[in-house]
Amino acid sequence: MVNSTTSLTKSGLKDWFIQRVSAVILIIYTLFLLGFAIKHTPLNYVDWSMLFAHTWMKVFTLLALLSLIGHAWVGIWTILTDYVKCSFARAVLMVIFLLAFLTYVIWCVTILWG
Amino acid sequence: MSDSRPTNIGFGTLMKYKFPPMAIASILHRISGVILFLMIPFLLWVFDKTLASQQGFNAVHAVLSGGVARFFLWVFFSALVYHFIAGLKHLFMDLGYFEEKCSGKMSSTLVMLVSLVLIVLLGVWLW
Repeated sequence: MVNSTTSLTKSGLKDWFIQRVSAVILIIYTLFLLGFAIKHTPLNYVDWSMLFAHTWMKVFTLLALLSLIGHAWVGIWTILTDYVKCSFARAVLMVIFLLAFLTYVIWCVTILWG
Repeated sequence: MSDSRPTNIGFGTLMKYKFPPMAIASILHRISGVILFLMIPFLLWVFDKTLASQQGFNAVHAVLSGGVARFFLWVFFSALVYHFIAGLKHLFMDLGYFEEKCSGKMSSTLVMLVSLVLIVLLGVWLW
């Protein structure tokens, strides 16, 4: 039996749904940054920092990071349940990654609003 | 009924199999995903430094211009390009396309070919 304790939503369907929604958000964010980089090539500090001075960009970036984390959570969980057969080792790895995710969110917030 | 088939296939045996394009596209999607996941802290570091000050921006620019860093940058963008395009295929499959053996083979091959071209172009642009 697959242990769902460390999955994001404990439901395969919800995990699937979150992975898709977060994928779409990440597609939009990636294309937006790519477009910005092309339009402002070669990228300089003023244009770059001005972009992130906008509140909407801060919110958009945090949303993208949360999507990335949700997306990675589902992906990493899927890979670990496939390849790490010892449930204790899997739980330990998952806890390490979840702590990393928490650190990333705090780090991102301090970058954007610090 | 006794079943003598192995439940786990050894890596050596696995390597002898002939994989269809769908399987190769799928494992590459996983590998690129893991690479991107491992690079999150690096990505945050770039955001942190480049947004902090002009000096930070210049410092990151200098670091990323180095040979080894450029290779890492290429690996990161290659993983991103591949994961992005293979992910698009997944979204199309959710909508009901490319689910047959023939169309699945074609779309997987196309995903790998398009990614390969973009990754090579990326390398040309970086060096």
